[in-house]
Amino acid sequence: MCGIVGLFLKNKELEPDLGRLTALMLREMRDRGPDSAGFAVYGDEAEGTKITLLSKTNETDWDGLAKGLSKATGEAVDVKTVGNHALFTTPAEGLGARRWIIDNAPDVTVLAAGKSIELYKGIGDPDAVIEDYALAKRTGTHAIGHTRMATESAITTAGSHPFSTGEDTCLVHNGSLSNHNRLRENLRRHGESFQTENDTEVAAGYLSWRVREGDTLNEALERGLEDLDGFYTFAIGVRNGFAVLRDPIACKPAVIAENDDWVAMSSEFRAIAQLPDARNANIWEPEPSTIYAWSHN
Amino acid sequence: MGANTHFDLEEVTVRQANQALQEAEAGSFSIANPKGAHALACGLDAPLEVTIDGHVGYYCAGMNKEADVRVDGNAGTGLAENMMSGRVHVTGNASQSAAATAHGGLLVIDGDASARCGISLKGADIVVKGNVGHMSAFMAQTGTLVVLGNAGDALGDSIYEARLYVRGEVASLGADCIEKDMGPEHHEQLRKLLDAAGCEGVETSEFRRYGSARKLYNFNVDNVDAY
Repeated sequence: MCGIVGLFLKNKELEPDLGRLTALMLREMRDRGPDSAGFAVYGDEAEGTKITLLSKTNETDWDGLAKGLSKATGEAVDVKTVGNHALFTTPAEGLGARRWIIDNAPDVTVLAAGKSIELYKGIGDPDAVIEDYALAKRTGTHAIGHTRMATESAITTAGSHPFSTGEDTCLVHNGSLSNHNRLRENLRRHGESFQTENDTEVAAGYLSWRVREGDTLNEALERGLEDLDGFYTFAIGVRNGFAVLRDPIACKPAVIAENDDWVAMSSEFRAIAQLPDARNANIWEPEPSTIYAWSHN
Repeated sequence: MGANTHFDLEEVTVRQANQALQEAEAGSFSIANPKGAHALACGLDAPLEVTIDGHVGYYCAGMNKEADVRVDGNAGTGLAENMMSGRVHVTGNASQSAAATAHGGLLVIDGDASARCGISLKGADIVVKGNVGHMSAFMAQTGTLVVLGNAGDALGDSIYEARLYVRGEVASLGADCIEKDMGPEHHEQLRKLLDAAGCEGVETSEFRRYGSARKLYNFNVDNVDAY
């Protein structure tokens, strides 16, 4: 099953409330995905790069890792820890730093890297994940969240959504991809690096690869309709934008609502019903094979 | 239960409201604050009048018998699924599989219905004032689907004897679904449904009729070698 939510604020005055509203939405999707949960928040922009990291062992020496990264890049690394996650902030270039950590810290999963994105995930009750990583207190412009009922890979923290492989890009998925193994191998040949066996990570990697090749997000998604085989409703976040895409059969649910203050999407309306004045928003079901996208200029 | 019983879903649970509705033999009821809740006003079995003020979730008014259920808002997946009789009216849009397998009664959707509207229809009438999505009336056996707007891809795929009337464009017809002539009996049937759904100023001459070519589900002697 799985539940997904996305909230993109148009009204700046709501930005202090982003986390609180996203938490209300995500809690409603708890029943759809009790195995694990996660969220990405696009908030305060860092001078350099923010890198969200997950310890696979809960015993990672974050300061030691930061020192290593600092030595490798020649740039300072600031460390903040939250549970088994750490947030590194560094003036170093994001994708290079991400790659260095993947290659040099086998006990760490790089959850996200970028100027604006922070990404947290955990197994077990979504309500606890929301609490543990203080979603309700977070501020920002847009957020994406997921509650997972695992099908394609094991219930692990690293296998929870959202998935992010490119800078400030992340993706949540309701459905399953059937050609992810082959696609993962192809993408590896194009230089993408993967940290799990999860099908959704492949979709995230696919979009990162296309954007790196010069596609706009819309072009990458258009091409994705050809190359990604399976069932999906995706919600996608980029640094200044948000998009929704459903496969041509569209059997995984999705509903979008929009008013002057916000755009929201979810697996079910009851998540959107938590938002201010949701009742009077323009509410519709996204068409199959159709890209819906919003961005801040 | 008398007239105008009110349930506020911020004060009672869906189960409490449904139980009261299912036990009632007559009367009118209103439900406030549905906020996308699932399975509201399901399994009703008496000539009740039920008004739901707001957007509902999945399977609203499922298995309805005799009751008249009105939703002032949008409806999620499986609206009026397996309806037997009565009437269900949604003032907004409906999600997938509206009136799936419905045997009788009338479903009116003022907005759009998405994919698979009237899938496996078994006798109910559906009037959609907006558009319907892809695979609508898939394997529809009997009953009627009237669409005032456009129909998505593969309309009436593998259809049996249901009648489809579409006023707008049909993106594509499904396997064994063809356009058919509009005879006097079809104009008459369509007029009755349009009137029942409150479609004023809409002429039956604006519609085209679609139905089964009857080549897929009938045995064809030319295929005897295949068996």
